[in-house]
Amino acid sequence: MQLNKKKFLLLLLTICSLCLYLFIDIKPGTFDYAMKLRLPKVAGVILAAVCLSAGTLIFQTLVNNRILTPCILGLTPLYVLTQTVIIFFWGSTSLLVVNKTANFLLTIVIMLMCSMFLYRILFERQSQNILLLLLIGTVLGSLFSSFNQTLQRIIDPNEFMVLQNKLFASLTNINAEILFLGAILLFSVIIWCYKDLKYLDVISMGKEQAISLGVNYKQKVKKFMLAVTILISLATAMIGPVTFLGFLVVNVTHEIIKTYKHKYLIIASVLIGCITILLGQTLVENVFHFNATLTSLITFTGGSYFIYMVMRENNA
Amino acid sequence: MLKSKRLSKKYGKKTVVKEVDFHIPHGKITSLIGPNGAGKSTVLNMIARLIERESGDIMFKEKDVLEWNSTELAKNLSILKQSNSLYLKLTIKELVEFGRFPYSKGNLTAEDREKVDIAIEYMELDDIKDRYLDELSGGQRQRAYIAMVIAQDTEYLMLDEPLNNIDIKHSKNMMRLIRKLCNELHKTVILVMHDLNFASCYSDYIIAFKDGKILKAGNAEEVMTREVLEEIYELPVAIHNIEGRNICVYY
Repeated sequence: MQLNKKKFLLLLLTICSLCLYLFIDIKPGTFDYAMKLRLPKVAGVILAAVCLSAGTLIFQTLVNNRILTPCILGLTPLYVLTQTVIIFFWGSTSLLVVNKTANFLLTIVIMLMCSMFLYRILFERQSQNILLLLLIGTVLGSLFSSFNQTLQRIIDPNEFMVLQNKLFASLTNINAEILFLGAILLFSVIIWCYKDLKYLDVISMGKEQAISLGVNYKQKVKKFMLAVTILISLATAMIGPVTFLGFLVVNVTHEIIKTYKHKYLIIASVLIGCITILLGQTLVENVFHFNATLTSLITFTGGSYFIYMVMRENNA
Repeated sequence: MLKSKRLSKKYGKKTVVKEVDFHIPHGKITSLIGPNGAGKSTVLNMIARLIERESGDIMFKEKDVLEWNSTELAKNLSILKQSNSLYLKLTIKELVEFGRFPYSKGNLTAEDREKVDIAIEYMELDDIKDRYLDELSGGQRQRAYIAMVIAQDTEYLMLDEPLNNIDIKHSKNMMRLIRKLCNELHKTVILVMHDLNFASCYSDYIIAFKDGKILKAGNAEEVMTREVLEEIYELPVAIHNIEGRNICVYY
């Protein structure tokens, strides 16, 4: 079948880019050393790709829109604010900055607590309007950004350099402990949501159809929103903000795999996500020699693709 | 089997449905008529749980619809709305298969496939079942959606303005089909209608709404009278009995 062929091709491509990243440019006799450096990064890439791709895919299904990304929930500015506040008040030498695991845990706890608080207010009320959630997310996001700018303007310039490094997506923040914690979190989300994935197929038909077809809409949307938040927070805390990656990956997925079944879509988007980050990171390390960041590469590609999408929508 | 007690709904401070009591006769076609904003669609949406009510009960088979398990209710009661702008690219067959979701949760069994095929055949969509919905005409798309609710195989079927945006030929076909669903498949159908004469000719029971209240409920002869229609629409109406049907002239 064609769908299977496409999935096989994607898997093949993923393995190719994985090997490319792992084995490129190894000097004789340094194989073990290179592996020791590269394997954790690869594991981090895969974790982050799963989180970002699946998170964005589910999010776009929930809001029934293929141009929105979970960034609109205001998680990225919140991540930036957390890092800025830590460095501003406790300095770049504090435990929370130097110890990457502590930083990772703190960031993730703050992001989850804020989102839970927001959802609690929103879903307790009668109106279960997702657009309202997005609006609040956007407003809070701008508020956090203003705080960030103010703090970053008055921060010590040396501290600012440290901060800036944290605000670019990179694989240098990852260590074994973070990988382990991240994997545990990711697997619990997968187990928690796996049985409900089929409901996403119906939710993608819209709220009214979903209710008419017997989906407990409010409960499922709440659950998936929380799952999206965990996934995106996890990815952001691990490799930093990557705005366009999810958007890019999910749209390419829909372009390649024309199905509404989320079990296929999610697998495909995860593979495409891995390919994108791995190739991007290979480029950053071997072509640009770390002179460009992963963020700028992905934002450039994603941005170009976004413009292409908008132009195509206009023509259609 | 389906009735409401003191059902109310407010949007902000405006009450759109005021303590409405009705019952829907089983195995019949019931039309809800009334001017825009009278609350008919709101009532329909509240029955289907698409919007939340302010107060009151909607009892379906001796149990409030809010107490029903979502999946079980979807096997007994379905709603089809007009605004079916779809974000997905689906073929007719895939759409109709969604109708089996309450039963099989996406993993279609042999029985599900059979029901899907029957529904497609019933709506005469067999030769175009692999076409995508966005390539179809309005009438074909509507038939595809009806095929989906037929596959859903519910005893009660609610249609919100089924004649919206379709020409008189397709309107007539649609109403005859609804009659057929009622007579052959023994479905109870609830319609929100704007075309009074179609409502008069095809309904067994009519509920007339005005300002969030029920002004009159009964069979077509009882509701399609000059007094009732003049009061709900606030304009002069003449009723003529043509071939045993009450036809109203208001042009």
